Amino acid sequence: MATEMPKKDVVIVGLGWTGSILAMELSKEGLDIVALERGPMRRTVPDWQYPINTDELTHAHHFELMQRPRHSTLTMRHGLDDTALPYRKLGSFLPGHGVGGAGVHWNGQNWRPQVAEFRLKSYVTETFGADVIPEKMQIQDWGVEYDELEPYFDRWERLIGCTGIAGNLNGTIQPGGNPFEAPRSADYPLPPLPEGAAARFFRDTAEAMGLHPFPRPGGNASRAYVNEYGMQLGPCTYCGFCEWYGCYNYSKATPQTCVLDALYQQPNFEVRTGADVMRVELASDGKTATGVTYVTDDMQEVFQPADLVLICAFPLHSTHLMLLSGIGKPYDPRTGEGVTGRNYAYQMMGSTSAYFADAEFKPFVGAGIDGYSVLDYGVEQIDFAKEGFIGGSYISVGHTNGQPIRSMSLPEGTPNWGAGWKKAIGDWYGKSLSVSSHGSNMAYRDCYLDLDPTYRDPYGRPLLRMTFDWKQNDIRMTQFMKKQTEAMAKAMQPDSFKSSYKDADSHYDIRPYQTTHNVGGLPMGNDPATSAVNRYLQSWDVHNVFVSGASAFPQNIQFNPTGAVGALTYWMADALRSDYLKNPRPLM
Amino acid sequence: MRPHPDSPKLGLLDRRGFLGAALGGTAIAGIAGGAAAQQEGPPEPLPLDQLTPEFFTPAEWVMLIALCDVLIPADGDGPGALETRVPVFIDRQMVGHYGRAERWYMEGPHDPDASPLKGFQSPLTPAEIYRAGLAHFQDWCGRTHGAGFTDLDADTRLAAVGALMDNDVDLPAELRDFPDFLLLNVKQGYLSDPRHGGNHGMAAWSYIGFPGARANFLSWTHPDRDNVPYPLGPVSINGERA
Ligand SMILES: Cc1cc2nc3c(=O)[nH]c(=O)nc-3n(C[C@H](O)[C@H](O)[C@H](O)COP(=O)(O)OP(=O)(O)OC[C@H]3O[C@@H](n4cnc5c(N)ncnc54)[C@H](O)[C@@H]3O)c2cc1C
Ligand code: SF4
Repeated sequence: MATEMPKKDVVIVGLGWTGSILAMELSKEGLDIVALERGPMRRTVPDWQYPINTDELTHAHHFELMQRPRHSTLTMRHGLDDTALPYRKLGSFLPGHGVGGAGVHWNGQNWRPQVAEFRLKSYVTETFGADVIPEKMQIQDWGVEYDELEPYFDRWERLIGCTGIAGNLNGTIQPGGNPFEAPRSADYPLPPLPEGAAARFFRDTAEAMGLHPFPRPGGNASRAYVNEYGMQLGPCTYCGFCEWYGCYNYSKATPQTCVLDALYQQPNFEVRTGADVMRVELASDGKTATGVTYVTDDMQEVFQPADLVLICAFPLHSTHLMLLSGIGKPYDPRTGEGVTGRNYAYQMMGSTSAYFADAEFKPFVGAGIDGYSVLDYGVEQIDFAKEGFIGGSYISVGHTNGQPIRSMSLPEGTPNWGAGWKKAIGDWYGKSLSVSSHGSNMAYRDCYLDLDPTYRDPYGRPLLRMTFDWKQNDIRMTQFMKKQTEAMAKAMQPDSFKSSYKDADSHYDIRPYQTTHNVGGLPMGNDPATSAVNRYLQSWDVHNVFVSGASAFPQNIQFNPTGAVGALTYWMADALRSDYLKNPRPLM
Repeated sequence: MRPHPDSPKLGLLDRRGFLGAALGGTAIAGIAGGAAAQQEGPPEPLPLDQLTPEFFTPAEWVMLIALCDVLIPADGDGPGALETRVPVFIDRQMVGHYGRAERWYMEGPHDPDASPLKGFQSPLTPAEIYRAGLAHFQDWCGRTHGAGFTDLDADTRLAAVGALMDNDVDLPAELRDFPDFLLLNVKQGYLSDPRHGGNHGMAAWSYIGFPGARANFLSWTHPDRDNVPYPLGPVSINGERA
């Protein structure tokens, strides 16, 4: 029998980036709020204070801050006729666990998608004709346009103290910035980081090639900064332990540094850690939620009644909860009908590593966002009809870290062990840079999420099942980028270079880390037949359930997702505050 | 919180002086112990072959030492796996959460023959894989080269490890990760913080020029320093310097 807790106005599932912001914004309305977080409480001190934050083995190999597959994982298969097997140990993606979520151990690279990306299907159809969309590609418009979201992008960038140089200020191109960015109403709140040697070398090379390099924007503070909640950031020290680690220096934008200590001051907010939400409970007519049921660390079942349920659990877990709770019709890839689990997508990455015997790059002089980037091959810059694919990529060079086990890049042909390997690490550590392509990934009819028929979690619930593989459109995109990054690498005149790109025979490999940019599963939109949530991220079927996060992306953008996730979260908070709370109902 | 290794020396001394005055002479020795021990140099640890491992049997231990010695040999520039005490690291890993696969999803059904693209699928923990993998490799050496691994001459050991690393020693499917685990763990033991038992004296970090736990390099982004090598040796999480 579940214990029943006193009713709350709002229950938030997951206290990561989006849960923190929503709690803060709704707490201003005087609502009684509880956040349920399945992992432990986490704070800068003691969890990632200096010097224990610098332990590569603990963080980058044993994934101290990430979810434990024993406790929570999924299964993966490559296609409809394949058998899915569990993601037993972490590799390809690293979701968070504990207060702060993946927002603790991200890099902080922050982007606004290009204008066309929000209306991708319309853009492609209007510009190139519907014929260029391959069969079974299932791209969609977001249902919200960039212009509507612009103020919310600005708000998010001010929250995180985003560094950068504006490239397009109200339509006017600015020197030093990204001329292909979506127009912004204001400059970044902080100037860019100083940038390391490799990044500046790339900037000079790209400029000489006639490209348009700009400092990679993001949430590693370049100066002391105070945000709207009174939270303070200090300048980044280039510590070289950013992604996969917590920041010891209060420089990386995280829920901890940007929201949480202000949130904990709000008398109407409560957080319960070790509270793993099992499902959303529905009223007998199935049209509203009554609250959520969770299980505590000591396996007690608890029912938390609430008027409003916000699912902020990271895309994979949010989709899992919606499926387990029976909210929205599960997506069926054979008919293309149903919405819950639809349009799962990932990120298409590739890189060319270049080796310079005389370089002193000192890659340990690293920061999560260090780098110069170019968007000359972005979604809006490419002629899809001519090139034969839909998509785009940004290309960068920077040193985020020089951690010697995970970031030991060695020239082609180096032995993996023995005397040759030992000699090579002495010769080549700190002598390489990587020209990397961070590319889009389209949505396809048979790439989706549902419940696994075989494997169960420790509570006896079916695991989430991911059906996903690379498709030729995206392979053509990444092969196009390979040509560009190799040309850039060659222009830097290295002693040698080597590329790592997917080709026509590649299938999704869940072992090596790629990104934790898992998106989709609950796409947003204006058509309930093809979207799980409406343009305000409200469930079409259960109006007092809203879902934040990149699960709403109908296909993946060419950028790291969190800039758009942050903007969507403020957009959703505004819809709740200015409209829904006054009159709870389906907003569309 | 430990002071940052680059923090002003004066500040450190002041703090120690203050604590010493408050707590009396014996406490000074206790608090300053780390620094004092460094000046004298840490006591030399027991040679590997005189250690009693926590996980490995004596026969496995001898074999593991020999394998590590081939994977990162002593000759040439830079330390070898034995000088950096990589086997100690691996032994400790076996009895920790990693060896027991405590964080991994280990429920069946298992399909260890599945496409490697689907990742680790063995029903065995890393510790079990090491135990069975070492036994299997020992048998394979006997069948193929007429003697156990540690009884082979140097060239034959090299060839045998080559076959193991190429996954060419008829490992059963549930042990197919053994070569990858072994090699990764050897590199982890060589290049991770010495608090985990390997990278003894931070010799591997000194060799490649990684400064360890310093974690504060803003001034090294200055363009004037682009071609300047980093001048300081590594520090460890426990405050050792090399
Ligand atoms: C290594 C890494 C690097 C990244 N780098 C970048 C980057 O440079 N730029 C970028 O844009 N993005 C990056 N990201 C992605 C970014 O971290 C996420 O987009 C962001 O954190 C998502 O916010 P969220 O609120 O949706 O989820 P999270 O911040 O992950 O929060 C979700 C929370 O929900 C909790 N939870 C899940 N299920 C339940 C449940 N059933 N009950 C209770 N609680 C639950 C989780 O424990 C977690 O704390 C990176 C991610 C990783 C892992
Ligand atoms: S690189 Fe900068 S922002 Fe990132 S963890 Fe280090 S100090 Fe923090």
